Amino acid sequence: MLELKDITKRFDNRTILNKMSFQVPDGEILAIVGPSGAGKTTLLRCITGLETVDGGDFILDGEKFNPAANRDNDKVIGVVFQDFQLFPNLTVMDNVTLAPELALKMNKADATKRAQDLIDQLSLSGKEQLYPFQLSGGQKQRVAIVRALAMNPKILCYDEPTSALDPDLRQTVEQIILNLKSEKMTQIVVTHDMQFAKNIADQILRVEPIDA
Amino acid sequence: MLHYFAEILPSLLSGAWMTIRIFLWTLIISIPLGVVVSLGLLSKFSPLRWILKFYVWLMRGTPLLLQLIFVFYGLPIIGVIFQRYDAAIFAFALNYTAYFAEIFRGGFQAIPNGQFESARVLRLTRWQTLRKIVIPQVVKIVVPSIGNEVVNLVKDSSLVYVIGLGDLLRAGNIASARDVTLLPLVAVGIIYLILTGICTYLLRRVEQRLSKWE
Repeated sequence: MLELKDITKRFDNRTILNKMSFQVPDGEILAIVGPSGAGKTTLLRCITGLETVDGGDFILDGEKFNPAANRDNDKVIGVVFQDFQLFPNLTVMDNVTLAPELALKMNKADATKRAQDLIDQLSLSGKEQLYPFQLSGGQKQRVAIVRALAMNPKILCYDEPTSALDPDLRQTVEQIILNLKSEKMTQIVVTHDMQFAKNIADQILRVEPIDA
Repeated sequence: MLHYFAEILPSLLSGAWMTIRIFLWTLIISIPLGVVVSLGLLSKFSPLRWILKFYVWLMRGTPLLLQLIFVFYGLPIIGVIFQRYDAAIFAFALNYTAYFAEIFRGGFQAIPNGQFESARVLRLTRWQTLRKIVIPQVVKIVVPSIGNEVVNLVKDSSLVYVIGLGDLLRAGNIASARDVTLLPLVAVGIIYLILTGICTYLLRRVEQRLSKWE
């Protein structure tokens, strides 16, 4: 379970998040919604360690941890970026196996086998040797999900997973997220799409802009 | 006429060898140094940034010919004495490093921040990120501009005549003045074309290898 306690984040004295607290039980899906500029993405960036917080605690499975300094390979928080940020110079397979080999010190054969399982699971079979520029938007997103899953994350986070896709791909994304839920993956999804949030989430957190 | 060419060819080739040596040494020194200086230009430590900016401004803002003269005739005044050949390599490396640094700086700046963040959440170290993700992308971006400079360098190397080094152009000039004919200079032109042609061909091959991804 992930718990946030009194998380506060400021940029140049402007408070973005003020003493925010919530819990995400294992295997559940939290959707973070709210208008643009409310701090949804900032909250996600704090959880994933891309921003440091100005106050409050993160607690994962009963232990305090600092996402920004977290190097524990049992406490990986995976991220699927809005624009995916695949590595353009690497094939789909290499995008997926790079971090397990370098960071988790898996050997090439194990990393490749695990990657292949995930690639097949997300219907990317046959795309292993393609480069990102040869993929459609939906395929790129699935590669980004596979790449994050290959690190065996405790939690998988998505920043606006529907915004860069055609509207008819929304259901595919929903299905992927719900399939991962059935495998007990804890997921946090930032979205401005209320209907999408209602379709997938166990819990919806509304983030509002802070006045003054 | 063929007989005449055969007669002057050995001296032209020995001049060409000087051209090639200056060319290769300048590249071997300037390209890695250019990467280092470019990282300095992007450093958060502002005194270093300002010093390097000044260096780049000085090198790009004055003629290479002038820099050669200063290194060979000027530096001895303050006690720094170079042999002709060393002076040439020093001046060329100093000059080309500045150009390469600017090219690499642009390359590094073109890499989106998201690539660094993506690598970070995947637990890659700073060095792994540079080596596996950033540098391959920078190389692809800079190869065409580096190629331009490389071809320029072949021709710029002819400036060493000013400090009395016997390069290809000088060898041609000597033969031309001695025999009162332009034929040696035609031969010189052809040899330059062959050298730049080889560079262009090799650079094209590199670009092709890098074009399998976008």
